Amino acid sequence: MTGIISYGAYIPYWRLQRSTLASALGSKGAKGVRAVASFDEDTTSMGVEASRIALRGVSEKYSPQSLWFATAEPGYLDKTNANAIHAALSLNTSVNAFDCLGSVRSGVAAVHAAAGGNSMAVLSDIRTGLPGGNDESMGGDGAASFCFGTENVIAELLSTGTSTSEFVDRWRTPGEKASKQWEERFGEYAYAPLVAVAFNEALEKANLTAADISHSIFSGLHTRAVKAAPQSCGINLDTLRDDFAATLGNSGTAHWGVMLANVLDTAQPNEVIAIVVLADGVNVILLRTTDAIVAHQKQQDSSLTVQAQIAAGRNDLSYAQFLTWRGFLHREPPRRPEPDRPAGPPSLRTAAWKYGLYGSRDESGFIYLPPSRVSLQSGSIDKMEMVRMADIRATIATYTVDHLAFSMSPPVVAAVIDFDGGGRFQCELTDVDPATVKIGDRVEMSFRRLYTQDGIHNYFWKAKPVRTGVK
Amino acid sequence: MASHGIRDKVAIIGMGCTNFGEHWNKSTDDLLIDSSSAALANAGITLDDVDAFWLGTMGSGLSGLTLSRPLKIQHKPVTHVENYCATGSEAFRNACYAVASGAYDVVMAIGVEKLKDSGYSGLVVSAPAGDGTQATVTAPASFSLLAPAYANKYGVDEAELKDVLTRIAWKNHRNGALNSRAQFKKEVSKETIAASPLIAGQLGIFDCSGVSDGSAAAIIVRVEDAHKYTDRPIYVKALSFVAGPAAGPIDPSYDYTTFDEVVHSATDAYKQAGITDPRAELAMAEVHDCFTPTELVLMEDLGFAERGTAWKEVLAGTYDLDGELPVNPDGGLKSFGHPIGASGLRMLFECWTQLRGEAGARQIPGVGQKDSVKTKALTHNLGGAPGACVSFVSVVGSKLD
Repeated sequence: MTGIISYGAYIPYWRLQRSTLASALGSKGAKGVRAVASFDEDTTSMGVEASRIALRGVSEKYSPQSLWFATAEPGYLDKTNANAIHAALSLNTSVNAFDCLGSVRSGVAAVHAAAGGNSMAVLSDIRTGLPGGNDESMGGDGAASFCFGTENVIAELLSTGTSTSEFVDRWRTPGEKASKQWEERFGEYAYAPLVAVAFNEALEKANLTAADISHSIFSGLHTRAVKAAPQSCGINLDTLRDDFAATLGNSGTAHWGVMLANVLDTAQPNEVIAIVVLADGVNVILLRTTDAIVAHQKQQDSSLTVQAQIAAGRNDLSYAQFLTWRGFLHREPPRRPEPDRPAGPPSLRTAAWKYGLYGSRDESGFIYLPPSRVSLQSGSIDKMEMVRMADIRATIATYTVDHLAFSMSPPVVAAVIDFDGGGRFQCELTDVDPATVKIGDRVEMSFRRLYTQDGIHNYFWKAKPVRTGVK
Repeated sequence: MASHGIRDKVAIIGMGCTNFGEHWNKSTDDLLIDSSSAALANAGITLDDVDAFWLGTMGSGLSGLTLSRPLKIQHKPVTHVENYCATGSEAFRNACYAVASGAYDVVMAIGVEKLKDSGYSGLVVSAPAGDGTQATVTAPASFSLLAPAYANKYGVDEAELKDVLTRIAWKNHRNGALNSRAQFKKEVSKETIAASPLIAGQLGIFDCSGVSDGSAAAIIVRVEDAHKYTDRPIYVKALSFVAGPAAGPIDPSYDYTTFDEVVHSATDAYKQAGITDPRAELAMAEVHDCFTPTELVLMEDLGFAERGTAWKEVLAGTYDLDGELPVNPDGGLKSFGHPIGASGLRMLFECWTQLRGEAGARQIPGVGQKDSVKTKALTHNLGGAPGACVSFVSVVGSKLD
């Protein structure tokens, strides 16, 4: 049996209230909030965070054949974005890392590919549009990650269905910050016949009827087409699951992944889940939960469910800050030099540290961050073992708020943190309110894009407050 | 570990120090020409009399050519040294050793820094190519970590500590107001200091040293030659420089209330100079007040106060110009700014001036006279950040032991 053996969703901390758009621009104010990736996040870093959650649910022996990363908003072209995720997860060099880039439909491709070979599919997206537009308001940012395998499957892959058609509904040329859309009614017309074809194909292959479905997930950027689709499939509308329009916004490539993670968070064994993705055609995936999902849900950290992450968000991001973070508002920088670009050779030499957050531990147990070759006390050389710190929590030993340092979102909150079990590290805090930081606060590590210089993204780790769940 | 020192083997016979400030109309070359000329004139010699040179600068030039080109030095050894904020002191230390070794008769130590041409706020240091994982905190942020740690360890409440830090800035500005060479030559009220906008942590803009340009120079000869040039040479009693494993930022046992490197270099320097009670024996001290909490912690690391008591001593005026042990009588980095390569030699210039009784309005009472009891002065620099710094301590004196 092939299927999902673990999963994780990542919802960024920040929320923009749609009403703030109305007050800033005088436009019509929609209800609810949208999730916003912080200034130090991108689709790659969010993919890492979702995948870290997913990998918590698999045995240490699990090694995927490949990691498939899908996004419509890649950090790089030419260079494979999946490699940074691969490195941050400290996967073996024998594990493939591939991108499926550019279109919202790529997420389906990543899952198809991963399901075929005991692999991981990582779906991530940052959605916005021109100020005042619908995409800006109704979009959302997030990521989801799925580990596929054949043992301890929690959701078996039953079948897939597809229909593909070329038509101009939504498009964006590379480099553009916002996409464009044809007249909405045209897209609705174009999608309508495709839905039933793909849906029925999947049902037939799985030997199921629409009535067998317990949870249905409809996703796509064309809101009207998505809304009309369930009826054309003939499913019970009570099975429609939360699309998070009010609480997160539409996270494009990642959206159905986030919705699926939410369903898996609470699904019972032996339930059929239908996923219908409307993106340049229609793709349908049918899954059936297994008995193993109960144990999986039990071991899951309650602070990492989709609902818990939604609840933990902070909803007072200002519109000006949002525009700055997304590059629509160029603000006066501090009179400080911009940071240096991370250099290629040192970044390769220290990849275990920079991406995997490995320290070194000497004979006495002292942990060095970054890894050191020489012991502080004994002076012995190369008597070290490497130790991964990324998933260990820490406590703030001291901190300061730096109003002078260069940052896209000043002030910088710098902290000295002590890891549980040893290891001290000075790093930046993120997703934090400078006014409420205290010595003794608990923090956990988060993979971030610190800054971009000369087109090179500087990925590294920051600490963020532990907000909910396990103490 | 042996550290024998060179007590009373070499002497300073002349010094020069430019005004410190925003020298929009002077280049690095101009500052070097001005300070070296003043030092030579002060010693009563010419450039031809100098056998070798040690130039300290962190970012205003590379190699000995930075000095030999503007001064038109005719084919002599010029050594460029850099050691963070102790750069100027490091030039002095190595110049002294060269004379003590017998290699040269007359040498010059000179430091310079031109900070104001960068156009940036604060100090900017370019780093070698790296992997982008180095913490990007600024100097004020690094040093601001000292304040809450100190307050927490010794039970000083936040408002009280703010008063202590404010008084340090107030004292140094008050001293600087009496110094024509200072960047800031006026007193600043405690209210203004306490209300200044925050830069990092608890530190307001008045808790930070300024950014300025400047240069200072010293001429050094063997002790036995010193009286050929001046009746009042200043003798080198101790020179100690320490670099540590920089383990503070990675060692959970480091608590941000001390600089281990300073303790080590002070201990070494006092041993070289034969000093057992620095607070009682020293006439004055010039210490590295890059930020107000630095000076607070230094009072304990240098042995001027018992652990946990420096904050009370500061409030009691112990380190005022007319206090028991005047600290930064020239106004310190607070009043002078911190042109890296020049600072250590600028501090030495104040020792030179005070111990010879030439400090005018800010002359420390009872110091610099023929019958003065206290005849020794200390300079101190540190560079880096708490837990990962270099430290320099020198002791100089107007009498041979």
